[in-house]
Amino acid sequence: MKDAFGIPQSLLVLGGTSEIALATARRLIARRTRTVWLAGRPSPTLERSAADLRALGADVQTVAFDALDPESHETVLGKVFAEGDVDMVLLAFGILGDQAHDERDPVAAVRVAQTNYTGAVSAGLIAARALQTQGHGSLVVLSSVAGERARRANFIYGSSKAGLDTFAQGLGDALHGTGVHVMVVRPGFVRSKMTTGLPEAPLATTPEAVATAIELGLRRRSETVWVPGVLRVVMSALRHVPRGVFRRLPVQ
Amino acid sequence: MPADTVSVTGWGRTAPTTARLIRPRTYEEAAAAVRDCGARGGIPRGLGRAYGDAAQNAGGTVFDMTGLDRIHAIDADGGTVLCDAGVSLHRLMEVLLPLGWFVPVTPGTRYVTVGGAIGADIHGKNHHVSGSFSRHVLSLELLTADGEIRTAGRGTPLFDATTGGMGLTGVILTATVQLQPVETSLMSVDTERARDLDDLMARLTATDDHYRYSVAWIDLLARGAATGRAVLTRGDHAPLESLRDGTRARRTPLAFRPSQLPPAPAFLPEGLLSRRTVGWFNELWYRKAPRARTGELQKLSAFFHPLDGVPHWNRVYGRGGFVQYQFVVGHGQEDALRRIVRRISEHRCPSFLAVLKRFGDADPGWLSFPVPGWTLALDIPANLPGLGAFLDVLDEEVAAAGGRVYLAKDSRLRPELLAAMYPRLDDFRALRAELDPRGVFRSDLSRRLTL
Repeated sequence: MKDAFGIPQSLLVLGGTSEIALATARRLIARRTRTVWLAGRPSPTLERSAADLRALGADVQTVAFDALDPESHETVLGKVFAEGDVDMVLLAFGILGDQAHDERDPVAAVRVAQTNYTGAVSAGLIAARALQTQGHGSLVVLSSVAGERARRANFIYGSSKAGLDTFAQGLGDALHGTGVHVMVVRPGFVRSKMTTGLPEAPLATTPEAVATAIELGLRRRSETVWVPGVLRVVMSALRHVPRGVFRRLPVQ
Repeated sequence: MPADTVSVTGWGRTAPTTARLIRPRTYEEAAAAVRDCGARGGIPRGLGRAYGDAAQNAGGTVFDMTGLDRIHAIDADGGTVLCDAGVSLHRLMEVLLPLGWFVPVTPGTRYVTVGGAIGADIHGKNHHVSGSFSRHVLSLELLTADGEIRTAGRGTPLFDATTGGMGLTGVILTATVQLQPVETSLMSVDTERARDLDDLMARLTATDDHYRYSVAWIDLLARGAATGRAVLTRGDHAPLESLRDGTRARRTPLAFRPSQLPPAPAFLPEGLLSRRTVGWFNELWYRKAPRARTGELQKLSAFFHPLDGVPHWNRVYGRGGFVQYQFVVGHGQEDALRRIVRRISEHRCPSFLAVLKRFGDADPGWLSFPVPGWTLALDIPANLPGLGAFLDVLDEEVAAAGGRVYLAKDSRLRPELLAAMYPRLDDFRALRAELDPRGVFRSDLSRRLTL
């Protein structure tokens, strides 16, 4: 169960090698979280992530999970929920792709969309139903500011996050009153292995800062969290900038 | 039976979860509800005054017991009452005061049910004299997981597991309670100020035994030499001869006339209770209290239940809700108490109306909270930054001093500390495993702390 401050005792991470997810898990373990499930494609990195969290005192297990195989999601997630209540599901898997390459390789572009969007639709719906049955819990969805307004430099990734974001918002409304809380997290540019080598965008942040914002959002039962918070205002303005002007902005 | 799916929280309005709410109107309906409550179990709920998650059950059933609220028999000579567990203490006072009887123990609100009073084994300002509520319960009837009704008498394991058992042994249906005789519905109250914590503890230790009721309001925002300054209010039921002839009070000495203000509005902004506003309030409260006054006549409601005068007062904490932290440390652990009070004062918790009290002897309930010593209770807005980690530090201090926190108020305790705080926990778990092997009775509290 979550405590008065919204901190979960058990956590399921979908995308168990995500740096943001692991930073969040570390933060929550320091407070109350004792049981952690890391779901992801089996790999030494996944096992290493689990070992790191175990060293902090949590009971950590890994689960084989592939976003690109939605048929398997029911079975995989069903097994986790059968072991006991999951107080928080962190939907953190996603790939950035390589925009320039993917524009020439539509199959690779579709893989970005399938991982970030359709994979999340399937996993999100299954997790939501399980949370609804237990009558409590938070589904925290890692979206991105990239989904808020299309940018020349990453619109394939951005469009997948736009789909995910809209899906998660609607899911949150659908689950309103069921005891399940859906929180959409929209970080800006996060310095992590996913963005290594990319030119840094303004208002760049870190996985730790996103984790802090998630902990605060849990306590407040927020529905939307921007990291850093000022992005709420910035993006709200950018959303209304005319296309012709937006194309010439340096944020492209 | 109709069931609504509703969001349920405790009085602190934190951690809402959703459950099916069923309101049985007969014992048969209650038994049927227990038998059919489904895989996620059920938990009885009274008037929802437990601060945390004791009377919520995510995804399962919550039995709203306030529909079973009949007073079956009153022995006006012997001073006992047999009533349903859904009867509130407010109702008992309305009915019993004109007959010259008062409830044996009342907490800071009279809007609790008899079942809740037993389940949380509540205490009041008279704990140092009268013990907790269960001391005055002669017997009770319990609807257990198998759908049967059992009678639990004093001294039996079932009785001791149920008193303080947070509703996890079964649904209390009726109880027979021994009452307290009174001549009037007024209180004779002595008020005095204590300039700091040591002064306060000295006064309580020296003269508490002269009073049936005793409590101290403590200013936890005061710092430096004034740390722990307090206003003591102690008293007893006013005898008839203390009322002046010809007054309305003398003509109708046993009338119960609680006063009530309009309720707090449903939507209040967060942050009304900041360090500054609470600091001002506490300063004012301390200054307006007389240095020493004796024999002041007060209404029962003003003395015992000042906050009941404002319905829904919990809303003043805004949407974020609040946490109540109450712990007890034994006699001889005064240093631990001093350290904790200093920590709270240094942390600047905006806590108004924190309460310090000296407990008397413990009662046998396995999870009953009171033990002889010092108990401190404070309300803190849940949105205070760093509050979770800060209270964890206090927990460690309390546990190291052999103390415990109160489950009826808890919403955030670290589960690992529970066994140290409640040594009879294993007996409680064993009895539950035997009595309720399928785990029918469950609550968010029991899940969070694996009770």
